[in-house]
Amino acid sequence: MVVTVASGKGGTGKTLVATGLADVLSGEAGSNVQLVDCDVEEPNAHLFLRPQLHRSEEVTHPVPQVDLTQCTFCGRCAQVCEFHAIAVLSGKVMVFTEMCHGCGSCARQCPEGAITEVPELLGHLEFGRAGAIAFAHGRLEVGQALATPVIRQLKARALPRAASTAMSILDAPPGNACSVVETLRGSDYAILVTEPTPFGLHDLKLAVELARDALGLPVGVIINRDGMGDAGVESFCAAAGVPVLTRLPFDRRVARAYSEGQLWTRVLPEYRSQMLEVARAVRSLTEATS
Amino acid sequence: MRVVVTAQGTDLDSPTSPIFGRCPAFVFVDPETMEFEAVANASVAAGGGAGIQAAQWVVDKGAQAVLSHNVGPNAFAVLSQAGVAVYRIEPAGTVRQAVEAYVAGRLQAISGANVASHTGMSGMGRRGGGR
Repeated sequence: MVVTVASGKGGTGKTLVATGLADVLSGEAGSNVQLVDCDVEEPNAHLFLRPQLHRSEEVTHPVPQVDLTQCTFCGRCAQVCEFHAIAVLSGKVMVFTEMCHGCGSCARQCPEGAITEVPELLGHLEFGRAGAIAFAHGRLEVGQALATPVIRQLKARALPRAASTAMSILDAPPGNACSVVETLRGSDYAILVTEPTPFGLHDLKLAVELARDALGLPVGVIINRDGMGDAGVESFCAAAGVPVLTRLPFDRRVARAYSEGQLWTRVLPEYRSQMLEVARAVRSLTEATS
Repeated sequence: MRVVVTAQGTDLDSPTSPIFGRCPAFVFVDPETMEFEAVANASVAAGGGAGIQAAQWVVDKGAQAVLSHNVGPNAFAVLSQAGVAVYRIEPAGTVRQAVEAYVAGRLQAISGANVASHTGMSGMGRRGGGR
């Protein structure tokens, strides 16, 4: 099964939860757990899991290359580009590859056949292992803006083809934008990590709308840094019928371990049983809805 | 000779607009006769690339100079490749006043983009904390 850890708000503890879950599951007999860090703009799960990486591959997308000896500067390519990635001036064609989505319309619509598509590097994928955890993450090239194709290819390469008893945990980017939708798509369950503050509540509402209402996924909430802030998140979850999977206390020791790049469930084993319960709850909730 | 002014309305007495790619209207003016043609900007609601689209359009309409306040990097690249000069106008004032200042030689040509991409958009960026 595929479980995505998302949040809406950044800095609420997605990576904390994702790495903690992967760690405790990997300690079970006959475990088969995978962690895929889908925050390709700022991957960070590797800082805690310290995987041995053994394979990498490139992610490219097709961008137009104009043969000026064939081009009549008619401007058709610029007209059909939904993303305004091409400007045609007299005797010049400007291609803004950072705006290009690789749809190919310009090449297909060029009456002279003057446009060929050439691959441009968007990012890299890396695969490896951290002990018993299968690990994969992606990294967007500096200067590139399109995270979604990198995430799409990362999931296509990393996730097991067949439904299995394995648990794949996807660490999502923050926010609720395209890259988060791409990560959530096809998941069996979404764990939404939040904090009990007005900021956490505001973004949790958006995340519930996205994961549960728009994408139709079963969702559950983990309240991190419980004990700070207010009761707004608790009231919202009760009113919206969203289960609270667990509450992680506002514990300085967790913050310290995290800031030192230590795996918190190793440094503080008293949290292991709590995270295992979360994993079991998610499994049973998923089985109940499938 | 034709110059174009980024404007909030469609006549010479409209206030100028401080943005280029997503300004409400473009007013094309012949500085010698003050004859003008005003056109609503089709790029206002573009998802992305509004500056490129608007610059392409301004070039296609034959403007030789752009009088605006803020021009983003992609729009500026297109305009400079097309040999269209960009002059900086004061944020307050009307289209007519901007053209008069241009004719009197009081405007400064800008040599590069003076605002970042997406300045004219209400943003939807990453909302990261200490992650």
